[in-house]
Amino acid sequence: MSRPDSTRIAALAARYPGTIYAPPGQLWGRRAVVAGFFVAFLWASDHLGMSFARLLQGLQDLGIVASMMVPPTSAGFFWDYVHALGETLAMAFLGTLLASLASIPLGFLGARNVVANPVIHFGLRRVLDVIRGVDSLVWALIFVSVVGLGPFAGILAIALNDTGVLAKMYAEAIEGADRKASEGVAAAGGSKADIARLAIFPQVFPVFLSNSLYFFEANTRSATILGVVGAGGIGFFLADRIRVNAWSDVCFIILLILPTVALIDYLSRFLRERAIGVEPPAEALSR
Amino acid sequence: MSSDAVRLFETRRAEQIAARRRQTALFGVVFLAAFAVSVVVGEVSLERLATGLPRFFAYIERTLPTLSLATLGADLGRWFWNFEGWLRLLFDTILIAFVATTLGVIGGFLLSFAAAKNLVANPWIHHGARRFLELMRTVPELVFALFFVFAFGLGPMAGVLAIALHTLGVLGKLFAEINENVTAKSLDGVVAAGASFDQVIRFGVVPQVLPGFVSYTLLRFEINVRSASVIGFVGAGGIGQELMFVINQFIYTDISAILLMLIVTVALIDLGCEKLRHRLIGQESLK
Repeated sequence: MSRPDSTRIAALAARYPGTIYAPPGQLWGRRAVVAGFFVAFLWASDHLGMSFARLLQGLQDLGIVASMMVPPTSAGFFWDYVHALGETLAMAFLGTLLASLASIPLGFLGARNVVANPVIHFGLRRVLDVIRGVDSLVWALIFVSVVGLGPFAGILAIALNDTGVLAKMYAEAIEGADRKASEGVAAAGGSKADIARLAIFPQVFPVFLSNSLYFFEANTRSATILGVVGAGGIGFFLADRIRVNAWSDVCFIILLILPTVALIDYLSRFLRERAIGVEPPAEALSR
Repeated sequence: MSSDAVRLFETRRAEQIAARRRQTALFGVVFLAAFAVSVVVGEVSLERLATGLPRFFAYIERTLPTLSLATLGADLGRWFWNFEGWLRLLFDTILIAFVATTLGVIGGFLLSFAAAKNLVANPWIHHGARRFLELMRTVPELVFALFFVFAFGLGPMAGVLAIALHTLGVLGKLFAEINENVTAKSLDGVVAAGASFDQVIRFGVVPQVLPGFVSYTLLRFEINVRSASVIGFVGAGGIGQELMFVINQFIYTDISAILLMLIVTVALIDLGCEKLRHRLIGQESLK
């Protein structure tokens, strides 16, 4: 793109300040922010011990690792891997199910339009904030020391962490529900429980279902790594094989995980579109 | 004639109801089967749940420090005995998230244009970019971290690169979707003025997509702070290593002290990012 005559641009810029070029104050302010960001980035990288020399050295090592990954082998552990993968899926499924069931009453308790007492919903919301603020991997580590190694710890960790998120989302969905239906049920002589069951629940149930399905999808991903801290699933084998540098086994495990996760993604997206009554777009199916 | 139409309507309706019932029954059976298999594979039993939950609450109780009003200062001092050390680790954690987000944004920004269908006509390039981003997104950060700890050694550098790669995958996809929503008119205008590919990007795309990019970046930074706090579980820097140590060694009050500091930090960063997001792009465009 050839620029117009530069003298004409300069003349225009002088006649209409602030149109072609930003006013100097704004321009230098923006440059200062960019420069400050750049300096902060360099300082932080240096502080964390990052350097190009280390990067190149590490990339070389990664190249060696990659070459040791082929051909992928299961070394006779194929059915153990499949079982561990099943554990991962079971953890995601039961964890999400438990969290969804627990979140329904908690969601109603945390909604301002259902429970008028501010102490209850404010207190509940803060407890949920704390639960949510702790990563599921931390909960997994804690549950491993409470109930021992194995998938059960993983299930409880996923269930607890997701209850923190889902109960909040459910509560928000309930607060956003149309109030006219509630008024109708109340006018017909319905009790508080009737309002929750007949006016609010039908409105929010599709939202609940679609959120829970989405969480099942996300939990399948996070459940693959809970095994790193001993909470069951394929993550245990993955971390173990990496620690002993059995790279072709690592490759095999990763090649098992990726299609499984993709399959669950596809299934969940399909069901989600079913649950909210929208036909899946052709694009989603073709992926 | 009219009775035919009624009969046709009735049979169609009966068919539809029957089809829906069959579908519901099928979903029910599949769901119950999945539940049964998950319970067996996940090693769940009511007995374990009944013994596990009280032990969990006892665990939480044990992490709470004994504070008394008379000696509050000394009690708090004993609870947060390593306050400065933990603060330094938290600072490192935030720096890891900062550097990783920056690197991920740079990579995601560059790849998002290659992955946008409306900008790159060559299907090989945009499908290739899409699949690459998908792979980076599907592999969890912790798995990348396990690899990188082997290649780059213990320490924050491995964590930064692991989070950066995952961020690249997530943001690259989100950015590409924003790019695909750019109005064709502005592209046509720049192309008609004789712009080359990079000029189309610079003048036709970037001004439209930048607010969306910034918003997603800030959201991702919040998520990355959480990830950086657990990436230390595999030795990749930050506060995670210390947290894992105190949980595994059952140093109860330290667990609650570190988690409390972590939750407050994460909440403050969330709050700051939200303020910044609203200031930068205004509340309207968030919807």
